[in-house]
Amino acid sequence: MSVKVAQQSIFLDPAPSLASTATVAGPMEGAGPLGSDFDFLYKDQRAGEKSFEAAERKMLLEACSRALEKGSFGLDTIEYFLSGDLLNQITVSGYSAAVLGRPFFGLYGACSTLALALSLGSMLVAGGFAANVLAATSSHHSSAERQFRYPTEYGFQRPPQAQWTVTGAAAAVISATGEGPWITAVTTGKVVDLGEQDSFNMGAAMAPAAASTLLRHFEELQRSPDYYDLIVTGDLGAVGSKLLRQLLGRSGYYPEDNLNDCGLMIYNPHLQKIGAGGSGCACSGIVVLGHLWRRMKQGELNKVLVVSTGALHSTTTLAQGETIPAVAHAVALEM
Amino acid sequence: MAAVPDELKVTAEEYRRMVGREKPPPPLLQNALKAFFSGGTICLLGQVIQNIYIAFGFSPEDASNPTVVTVIFFAALFTGLGLFDRLALFAGAGTAVPVTGFSNSLTAAALEFKKEGAVLGIGARIFSLAGSVLLFGVVTAFVVGLISALF
Repeated sequence: MSVKVAQQSIFLDPAPSLASTATVAGPMEGAGPLGSDFDFLYKDQRAGEKSFEAAERKMLLEACSRALEKGSFGLDTIEYFLSGDLLNQITVSGYSAAVLGRPFFGLYGACSTLALALSLGSMLVAGGFAANVLAATSSHHSSAERQFRYPTEYGFQRPPQAQWTVTGAAAAVISATGEGPWITAVTTGKVVDLGEQDSFNMGAAMAPAAASTLLRHFEELQRSPDYYDLIVTGDLGAVGSKLLRQLLGRSGYYPEDNLNDCGLMIYNPHLQKIGAGGSGCACSGIVVLGHLWRRMKQGELNKVLVVSTGALHSTTTLAQGETIPAVAHAVALEM
Repeated sequence: MAAVPDELKVTAEEYRRMVGREKPPPPLLQNALKAFFSGGTICLLGQVIQNIYIAFGFSPEDASNPTVVTVIFFAALFTGLGLFDRLALFAGAGTAVPVTGFSNSLTAAALEFKKEGAVLGIGARIFSLAGSVLLFGVVTAFVVGLISALF
């Protein structure tokens, strides 16, 4: 029987299984150190489509159909489809849901969407409301760039703390049966805003949210950081990761090598000009469901805590001088 | 609108100082040198183009208009070929300050919004980046013109 142990955390019992996952990625992600862990790599950013938005949709649908296929799940066995992305009105997810034709929960958590979808999906399964659900997310460098910053061909110098939106999509079938990794606990984050306003410094805006969720997770579940083989944040990048360590240190937690960030893992910062690291829904999406899922299956990692982080601003609120609120959700994966 | 939860042992004020310490400084000297040499090279090429027009019989004053048009054309072409943004990543102000930056901001917007139609896409949004340059350029020219006419 699942139990809500405290204000923000839930133990899931029986723990749902991440029965099957699939990830697809763009050329830059393929050239990074984790390139071989993704199921399909597009040679071209447009993926043969007429717009970047259409390309992102193609990637999301490709990840979904591969996740179903790899686990031999028919589409009719999927009871809910949970998905979110970065574009206005989460159109990538909505249009993809129209193609899949399954009952749909559209989610907006910005780059925290992976953990958000896994949290809600596993609650649906553990609560007995579904046997199998499909959770997915996507982002695309060029569609995000044009929505949040400038037209893609506009020339400007990126400041060193800026991050690079990951192009790709990730999907997972969360099932009541399977061989793991199991989703054993979920900590839902609160929205935190410490006043950061620089849209080129997302890591700094999101680090306090990650710290808040991690501290609640450790405290409510009475776990120390050592409980996990690896704790990964979504896309704090180089600047945000340093700030997270400082914030955790103020509360007496000093995680060492077992704390990493998907945005720091996905690219090769010395060879690829990506600034302070990767970002976007697909950043934690493809690193967790592609790379870490494989390492857990191979027995190299047994306990992993995923903390995807999202910034909840829009270009309008920033133009009007507002600060950047952020949220982080944590999902514990265990073999 | 600050929202600081109890578990964080930090105030918004302290955090702003922490961010200030961790934010890498922009490489100002390096950027200035890159801008100086790349911007200077563009201006040198512009001068070569102007001299060519003069050699074809334009007076030095009349040659400046076709020169600017030629530079605008090449910046737009490079934007369309997907090379300009890579160049600007290196050059920074070196490509932004000359007329090349203006050309790039128009062409990039036009390319981006082409799929939204000729009128509501390209027509309405081509000046989304360059619009304020035009507006304040025209207003400034008007004010300066007025002053020079009066005194």
